Amino acid sequence: MLQGFLPTILSGMVITLTVAVASLAIALVFGLAGAAAKLSKSRGLARVATIYTTFIRGVPDLVLMLLIFYGGQTLINDLAPKLGYGRAIDINPFVAGVLTIGFIFGAYLTETFRGAMMAIPAGQREAGIAYGMSKWQVFHRITMPQMVRFALPGFRNNWLVLVKSTALVSVIGLDDMMFRAGLAAGATREPFIFYSVAALLYLAITTVSILLLRSLEKRYSIGVKLARL
Amino acid sequence: MNFEAISESVPLYFSGTLTTLKLLLISLVAGLLAALPLGVMRASPKSWISRPVWCFTYVICGTPMLVQLFLIYYGLAQFEWIRESLLWLWLKSAWFCAVLAFAINTCAYTTEIIAGAIKATNAGELEAARSLGMSRSTVLRRILLPSALRRAMPAYSNEAIMMLHGTSLASVVTLVDITGAAREMNSRFYLPFEAFLTAGIFYLALTFILVGGFRWAENRWLAHLRPRQ
Repeated sequence: MLQGFLPTILSGMVITLTVAVASLAIALVFGLAGAAAKLSKSRGLARVATIYTTFIRGVPDLVLMLLIFYGGQTLINDLAPKLGYGRAIDINPFVAGVLTIGFIFGAYLTETFRGAMMAIPAGQREAGIAYGMSKWQVFHRITMPQMVRFALPGFRNNWLVLVKSTALVSVIGLDDMMFRAGLAAGATREPFIFYSVAALLYLAITTVSILLLRSLEKRYSIGVKLARL
Repeated sequence: MNFEAISESVPLYFSGTLTTLKLLLISLVAGLLAALPLGVMRASPKSWISRPVWCFTYVICGTPMLVQLFLIYYGLAQFEWIRESLLWLWLKSAWFCAVLAFAINTCAYTTEIIAGAIKATNAGELEAARSLGMSRSTVLRRILLPSALRRAMPAYSNEAIMMLHGTSLASVVTLVDITGAAREMNSRFYLPFEAFLTAGIFYLALTFILVGGFRWAENRWLAHLRPRQ
């Protein structure tokens, strides 16, 4: 089928998914740290987090990716000899792609998590402390479960945009689904067919994600009464 | 930092900014004009009207814009009959394909935004208008759209900023927008860090201008929804 290119494209889809999941893991770390910094009492931390989110959300993903992939490469190769490392270092496009996407979506998740943390009434945390719980206990017993519920709708949007952003790593040369669809298109001279296949596979990823996250949303809203007229 | 190369390339960036703004403006206007009727249809209670529009927005919002751009720019050229038709005069230019892809993309997102705002309209407002004897089309023109479009503005401002960032994809199909200018500067001087950082600053400035513009517009047209001070 598809002149034998289907397996290649499907294994490209695995790379796409790997990039997406790996960058999500990094984005979660940056997002939680960013949200904590923005809500912390330290002015300096809050300011750093604000600069991070403003700069990242104000510049296109593609430019950031090119900046980190090409710019980071020259920067490292300028620095390496000064640190006593002789050979030239190549940044792997997978690493550059994952780091960049993770770093970018960390900024979006920062805002999602910050909103979710602020949606929990402060009285609940105070009540927890009044019961003698430690800070950690308050976090994982009271804040965390509710935060997940408040953050899920925003998280779903962030994840869907992230998956679509991974298509850009093909521009810096990672052989993901997009890249392989392009190769197949060039070899067979049937670009419409192969880019349509890529589009359908992306659609499949988003559809499955939406369904999974919807059931997760249901799971975390078990204790919540829906307002009905 | 090589400031000499940057200052030498500044004219290139300014002409790139002009290209970016042209791409953005044309695709936003075209997308918005198409999204108005589609948004009204999408909000229709009759499923045979709203379903097809839902399919369109679902497919467009579920796939990366890069795929859509490649489908139009590379994909359509696959078909003999398109290359022989009059459309080819337009479709062979990267500029037209980029605008078309961006307009279709923003149209889908804007349709959803407008439909959401229409559905959230207070039923009483519409009943009051009907009871004053207005016809359905008069209600749409005088009551529903003015109110819904204003309430859609905050979400639309996000969409416009996403589109500003989306136009950076134009550089992938050889257009020299801001990102394209950075790529050109990079290939001329081999200074990727300086090149893409400068591009980032240009985008950041445009983002701030857009945000400021929308804030002004919201103060002007959404003043009635501001919380009382």
